[in-house]
Amino acid sequence: MSDILVYALHNDEGEFNKNSLGAISEAARLASGTGGKASVVVVGEVADDAAAGLGKYGAAKVYRCKAAPEGLAQPIVDVMAKVITDNGIGYALFGGGLLGFEIGAGLTARLNAGVTMEVTAVRVDGGKLIAERPVLQDSAIVDVGYVSEPGIIIGRLNAFDIEESGSGDAEVEDVEVELSEWSTKATMVTRGEARGEDINIEDAEILVGGGRGLGEKDNFSLAEDLAKSLGGAVAATRAVVDAGWYPYSTQIGQTGKTVAPKLYLAVGVSGAIQHKVGMQSSENILAINKDQNAPIFEFCDLGVVGDLHKIMPKLTEAINAKKGS
Amino acid sequence: MKICCLVKEVPDAAVQKRLDPGTKRLDRGGERNLNPFDTHGIEAAMQIREGGEVEVTEIVAVTMGPETAARALHKAVALGADRSVHLTDDALAGSDVCATGYALAKVLESESPDLVLLGQQSDDGECYVVGAVVADHLKMPSLTQVIQMDVSDGKLRCERQAEYGYDTVEIALPAVISVGDAINEPRYPSLKAIMGAKKKPLDTKSTGDVGIEADRVGADGSQTQVLGINPPPEKQAGEVIEDEDTNETVEKIVAWLDERKLLA
Repeated sequence: MSDILVYALHNDEGEFNKNSLGAISEAARLASGTGGKASVVVVGEVADDAAAGLGKYGAAKVYRCKAAPEGLAQPIVDVMAKVITDNGIGYALFGGGLLGFEIGAGLTARLNAGVTMEVTAVRVDGGKLIAERPVLQDSAIVDVGYVSEPGIIIGRLNAFDIEESGSGDAEVEDVEVELSEWSTKATMVTRGEARGEDINIEDAEILVGGGRGLGEKDNFSLAEDLAKSLGGAVAATRAVVDAGWYPYSTQIGQTGKTVAPKLYLAVGVSGAIQHKVGMQSSENILAINKDQNAPIFEFCDLGVVGDLHKIMPKLTEAINAKKGS
Repeated sequence: MKICCLVKEVPDAAVQKRLDPGTKRLDRGGERNLNPFDTHGIEAAMQIREGGEVEVTEIVAVTMGPETAARALHKAVALGADRSVHLTDDALAGSDVCATGYALAKVLESESPDLVLLGQQSDDGECYVVGAVVADHLKMPSLTQVIQMDVSDGKLRCERQAEYGYDTVEIALPAVISVGDAINEPRYPSLKAIMGAKKKPLDTKSTGDVGIEADRVGADGSQTQVLGINPPPEKQAGEVIEDEDTNETVEKIVAWLDERKLLA
């Protein structure tokens, strides 16, 4: 009969994060297996109808703490720890993202609770949750169980799909929480600042990923032209970001972002595991590389062995012609 | 100001890592090295010391791990730490994140640092969370994946990429900060520093020395259990074509994209 609690992150405009909505949907699905219910914590200024509207994704109840600021982890740890303890909640579930990692970690310490991160799937076994976590750069998947409740589960980016499985509004309850002394020692100066070359690759449906095989910085214009023809954006590997060819905000992989676009077109990308973990969930992967032994050819849907400098301009031209027709 | 840098010994990047099917733990065989992500934490500490804005009295490298982990501490000292502390005890073997964070917090508590720095993740366990676990035990504010950090007047001004762009956050000391690898370019240790590293003080501590409750660490004190290890789902290998006639190749690619409705 374990209940599952999700933290739903929102931006300054009041929109909920898609990984959070995915986590609510997943919690609702799992709760039907544990015999409990899915609840949500929101903090800051969240309107009544926005909070109640989370019922659409299967949330039965929304705990709202207006006094806690959004965007910093530790005040939210205070809120969630209280809600979990007061209501005997069995599991806390987080969609992928930085804040979820921090809040989940804080709860682990606060509640002496087991934690699993980078989780790609969760299942119910005998009323308990088991988290599946890829390890060692996805070469194995471990099943992690919890010795006692509560258990903390932190998803990988895009691990949980959004499903509008709920009917009707969620019940909204305002909670008062006294913040810990150390939770008030960090203050947000500016939040969500966009910077010059800060490109949001995570929301792009089509990405052209450029790697060292492009040869030099200036050749990124080939990738930009191709991305433009497809209506997509340009992403980069760690190697070319380190080389200063492309901005850090476009970096995909272990230390960069995780993306799952409809099309990932990899040009001059070898497909090292560190990069693979960031883009392998893409719906369609197309790779152009001159090295036929490049690992990317083992997991792409269409691979082209050839010189990208020859192929890319012609491909851009052909796509423009096709779209123009 | 006293800075503690948390460091970890991990299998060298070149080593093929595997899980031991018997213990369900990482196979600790092969060449070992200092977690490359933690070198950014040490570099950040060195830059605070050299920046001159605040006086750094001491930089202490702290680790938890088996006997061999002392080598990671030697590297940390070669990179600039003044001394090191090694928490090692058979009772700690098999600790999960929850137990590890608790144990590290206890050893840090005995050092009373003004600032704890660590890398954003370990190269082996790929945990991004230890900093935040430690911070809550120490009752300190914390921030992870920090890519820019300035110290003044007992406060840190930190920047990082979060869900909606760059956040700038002010944090009062003492604090726990995990740094992203974009924060700096770690220096190479000098030969002299490498040679001198083993002569710098290294304290070895057991769980009892720092007041760790035995039933909260090790495999038995952990709150998670690895129930099984499975291979990842096999993905059907796609078609691979050779570019012999580029016009023909491009035609094939366009047809493939069109079929998947990607040219809409």
